[in-house]
Amino acid sequence: MIDLIDAVKEPWEFAFMQRALLAASFAALVCSVVGVFVVLRGMAFMGDAVAHSSLAGMSVAYFFGGSIFWGAFAWAVPASLAITFISRRTNLRLDTAIGIIFASGFAVGIILMSQVNNYTADLFGLLFGNVLGVSWGEVFLIGIVAGCVLLTITALYKELLFTAYDATMSAASGIPVSFLQYLLPLLVGITTVASLKAVGIVLVLALLVTPAATAALMARRLPGIMTYSVVTGLIATVAGLYLSFHADLPTGPSIVVVATGMFLAALLFSPSRGMVWQHWRTVPLPSE
Amino acid sequence: MNTKNTKSQEETEIKAEAGPALAVRNLWAGYDGKPVLEAVSFQVDRGDMVGIIGPNGSGKSTMIKTVLGLVKPLRGEVSVLGSEGDPERGLVGYTPQTELVDWDFPVTVADVALMGLYSRRGLFRRTTKEDREAAESALELVNMAGLRDRLIGELSGGQRRRVLLARAMAHEPKLLLLDEPMAGLDATAQHQLLDLLDELRAKGATVVLSTHDLSCVSQRCDKAACLNRRLIAFGKPSEVLTEQVLGDTFGTHLLMVHLDGQAYAYQHHTHTAGTGTAGIPGDGSPAIKSSANTATAAESTE
Repeated sequence: MIDLIDAVKEPWEFAFMQRALLAASFAALVCSVVGVFVVLRGMAFMGDAVAHSSLAGMSVAYFFGGSIFWGAFAWAVPASLAITFISRRTNLRLDTAIGIIFASGFAVGIILMSQVNNYTADLFGLLFGNVLGVSWGEVFLIGIVAGCVLLTITALYKELLFTAYDATMSAASGIPVSFLQYLLPLLVGITTVASLKAVGIVLVLALLVTPAATAALMARRLPGIMTYSVVTGLIATVAGLYLSFHADLPTGPSIVVVATGMFLAALLFSPSRGMVWQHWRTVPLPSE
Repeated sequence: MNTKNTKSQEETEIKAEAGPALAVRNLWAGYDGKPVLEAVSFQVDRGDMVGIIGPNGSGKSTMIKTVLGLVKPLRGEVSVLGSEGDPERGLVGYTPQTELVDWDFPVTVADVALMGLYSRRGLFRRTTKEDREAAESALELVNMAGLRDRLIGELSGGQRRRVLLARAMAHEPKLLLLDEPMAGLDATAQHQLLDLLDELRAKGATVVLSTHDLSCVSQRCDKAACLNRRLIAFGKPSEVLTEQVLGDTFGTHLLMVHLDGQAYAYQHHTHTAGTGTAGIPGDGSPAIKSSANTATAAESTE
């Protein structure tokens, strides 16, 4: 019993674990809320593309010794606006625009990183995150950025909801639909930047999609889905940190694995939509 | 025609208010600079119900979207309820075609009705108790209050229509624009919907709807607008719905049959084997259908 209490308390005796917990929780919180819109609007790969392309911004910052965070941020904003612009103003589809921005930024990033001496180790950190190495300054930044995104969503909740559901009708109601159709991808882009330290470029998609998808299996209405999504994201973060600490596993992937486990549990055992209950609930046809 | 007798004195007074409900003057509108509508002019009196008919691609939806201000005129002008430019949002209600709505979205019937009140509240503002009450009474009017907590994905076709209508009228607009409100409804549901629209008109609303259903226009609308990119004809259905006009509108030869003062249109089939005239609709409703529907019915019986 004492062993168990120790196992629960032990990680938080380390300052680096406290910082990691805060940074990853901020990231999970904002990802879980934004992720609901991402899942509903089918924007998952929009977030993935912005994350990947921001490697270019991170490499530029790294190369010149600037802040990796602001490098990623400075690249993510125009990248997400460019994806929206290309898909809205040309005859190209959204996934095509995503493909172009995704690969081009990533290519530029790899080229720049290849010019750095300890290429592999540093690239690894950017790709897969390094939340245990997060500084208090970075924790603070992630918190501020996540807070700004959440404030924007709270303030424009009814407009974002209406536009996501029915853009034509919301335009007819006088809602600035064009503005929101640029704003939402921008919020997704900024969210991924806030999460890069926690899970890295490659896995940020999971933090964006998995909690929201789990929630969509659990709740019926949007407010309920948001609540479940946040709870899932935070549980996965804390449990992932424990797993990482005690089993000595990489942190970002541990968080993603726990979140995926929760998704599978919801898929099978969700009270309303679980596949197990649905199997039992099937009413047998009368025998002939 | 009993429905026409419901016009009250009140409605006559409403018509006397300043200007027509809708005036379209030499309107050219379309997408990417390519006009779909060409030189369209007509005027809708307050309290009237106007049916826009025409084949697919004839510009019915474009017409409605231009009135809503969603499509900008390339030339000409639209004036809604006596004011030029973008319509006053609170005065106009709109229902899109059902297939353009995301029915998997996790919102309930009550949530959707409440969206009709969003135009009353500006950006950053939350909806109020009065808004929720207005949404609730809109749901009662369309007989959907009992299903307020249903997810929209769980509704039948007729119920989906009624939810969209509740959303369109929750803020008590003066002008209702309905894009194919009859599509996918059975005869009973169509008549319920039209009765509901008559009720709204008795309270002062003007209705403009697009449809493929000629019987609805000839029996229930005050005016018919026959559209095929240009306005082929506009006026009382009994005067406008002639073989000549319908032929020009739908681009095929339609045979008109007059029975009990009702106009019935049949498509004249020249390419299909069998009888020269065909197309008795199978759903038991009065036998007037657009060429598209008639063609389907005829083909399926062969």
